[in-house]
Amino acid sequence: MIDRYRVYAPNLTNQKENFAEGHRACQGCAEALAVRHVLKALGDDIVIANATGCMEIVSSPLPLTSWNVPWIHVAFENAAAVASGMNAGLKALMRKGRIPKKRIISVGMAGDGGTSDIGLQALSGALERQHKDFMYVCFDNEAYMNTGIQRSSSTPFGAATTTSPSGSKSIGQATWKKNMSRIAAAHNIPYVATACSSYPFDLQEKVKKAVALGGPSYIHVLSVCPTGWRIPSHLAIKYGRLAVATGVFPLYEVVHGKYRMTAHIDEKSEKRRPVVDYMKGQGRYRHLSEEHIEEIQKRVDKEYEELVKLTEL
Amino acid sequence: MTNRIGMEVSLMVSEAVKLANVDVIAAYPITPQTHIVEHLSELVADGELDAEYICVESEHSAMSACAGSSAAGARTYTATASQGLQLMSEILYAVAPMRLPVVMTVANRTVSAPLTIWNDHSDIMANRDCGWIMIFVENGQEDFDQTICAFRIAEDRRVLLPVIVNMDGFILSHVIEPFEPVDQKTVDSFLPPFDPIYTMHPDRPVTMGAFTMPEIFTETKMAHDVALRESEAVIKEVWEEWGKLTGRHYTAVEEYMTDDAATVFVTIGSFSELGMEVVDAMRQKGVKVGLVKIRLFRPFPTEDILSALTKFKNVLVIERFLALGGVCGPLAEQIKAAMYKLKDTPNIVDFVCGLSGRDVPPEEFFGMYETAINAIKDGTVKEFYLWGVRE
Repeated sequence: MIDRYRVYAPNLTNQKENFAEGHRACQGCAEALAVRHVLKALGDDIVIANATGCMEIVSSPLPLTSWNVPWIHVAFENAAAVASGMNAGLKALMRKGRIPKKRIISVGMAGDGGTSDIGLQALSGALERQHKDFMYVCFDNEAYMNTGIQRSSSTPFGAATTTSPSGSKSIGQATWKKNMSRIAAAHNIPYVATACSSYPFDLQEKVKKAVALGGPSYIHVLSVCPTGWRIPSHLAIKYGRLAVATGVFPLYEVVHGKYRMTAHIDEKSEKRRPVVDYMKGQGRYRHLSEEHIEEIQKRVDKEYEELVKLTEL
Repeated sequence: MTNRIGMEVSLMVSEAVKLANVDVIAAYPITPQTHIVEHLSELVADGELDAEYICVESEHSAMSACAGSSAAGARTYTATASQGLQLMSEILYAVAPMRLPVVMTVANRTVSAPLTIWNDHSDIMANRDCGWIMIFVENGQEDFDQTICAFRIAEDRRVLLPVIVNMDGFILSHVIEPFEPVDQKTVDSFLPPFDPIYTMHPDRPVTMGAFTMPEIFTETKMAHDVALRESEAVIKEVWEEWGKLTGRHYTAVEEYMTDDAATVFVTIGSFSELGMEVVDAMRQKGVKVGLVKIRLFRPFPTEDILSALTKFKNVLVIERFLALGGVCGPLAEQIKAAMYKLKDTPNIVDFVCGLSGRDVPPEEFFGMYETAINAIKDGTVKEFYLWGVRE
């Protein structure tokens, strides 16, 4: 689908790189790519609070920085709270005439661990407070990649990680992936979406929409991790597309509570591909039997159908 | 100067924060700090204080939001106690080296278990080395004054460090005391608007809180330590100016009736006021004792403490924290460490008492005095005495 845009792509996107080249992400890191797309869509008038994690480590080794926009890292679990503070600080200073009035978006960024595990409380608090000009982006690579591929609550069922290894008595991760987007949507915020850097225009459009709707907003970006998923680094984009095409990671948005499947991906008329197409070739699923994959297929089908029903409400 | 009025000490603190014209307050309720943030929320709700009030979902997020707000260049305040301070602990260690001048009141309270809400210093002493400036107050007037001074100290460009003003929970926070307020004009002349060097603003992007390699980490810590140590001079300067402005003078270490004393009590926090009463009473009975109170705990005013304490024969440290499995209480430990290099040191006897707000009436000081003097005479001084344990 992206082929359609090839000729026009340079004209369709912000040329400025606010996430500078030269960072230390692994080869083929789709999270770094996702960050780059998100920043292109956000533009210059932002401040970012980044949780501890891959992006913080690869982008800010003192005295270097990859960030051309204001960026702060404080701890692992508090990106949403730090962004809340920046949001309130800027608001107060503008109201008191201490700094010129200007719309500045406070952005919280974290990985799946910093969002769905340790950061969930701070995120829930920030979403509940309904901050205006506040946005949170989760870059989900489905494990604690930075610390060496340990499972998180966002790790999918059956995936082998270093803390959910496969073995004679273990199939790897034994619980199902926490549905962060649905949890965020339950806070009744103006905008929630899922996205993937394999679909850059969809991702950028969603970021722009989130900004336009004022906030708070939540965007959950599937960020393929070749290192952790045990795939060749040149296949990151392909696996992102397969995640969407198989329905493992459907792309949708929730605008003021209204669900909608998005864009060019997987409309109902199109047949979803079997999950095995996505899972084969990923080292983290290598140990799974056909029965396991069938079980996963059933679960993906069920969740996908539930999601489609939500869009019909 | 305005007239003396009566007010709950917590409310005095809120009034000081209002006079400081803070921009952002992020707070989570915890006993015995609650009255401070309740009153601040009323002041904001009534339009008497123009500030953003963020009702966060935990103390961890309170300090995190304070970090963000202060980084954005806003004057930022919060208050906490006990478990709340422990929950914040991780972020305390981030705020200070990032040189974010947040001001916080800690209404000191015991850390459980067992669960208890009353006062001792176990919360702050568990965080004593987190790199913040730490001041202990002894009464409401001082709490009010030090809260205003704290912003001035924290935001001074030679300092740029966060400040904790410690008040004893309940013993101080919940009592109604007389105090002399200061008018807005005086505070405005004393406390200019916060003028940060770097802020989180898109017009001038900066990166804060970067990740470091071992090659440079030690240097960052040294920079922080130097800044903290050098803040002592600025703190004294600020106090001197406040003294000229209000007639209320503060020093890092203060002496009471020490001119002819052979033995002194060393106190911190609200024990200091009680200690002065005790000294008066003991002197009436002909015992020549004095009092040395420590107001500034971080940076530790080593020189001032040495010049005060080395004059005496016996130093009786009275403190509210039991260092489990340690040598003695943290206050005695610091004093002993500071004196180690000296040839002639006084006898130092450490008493740990008043845990979880257990009352320490003046008579107990007599008992501690007697115990100390007898032990010194017999040469049987223990490293510390956990005072008043029921057997």
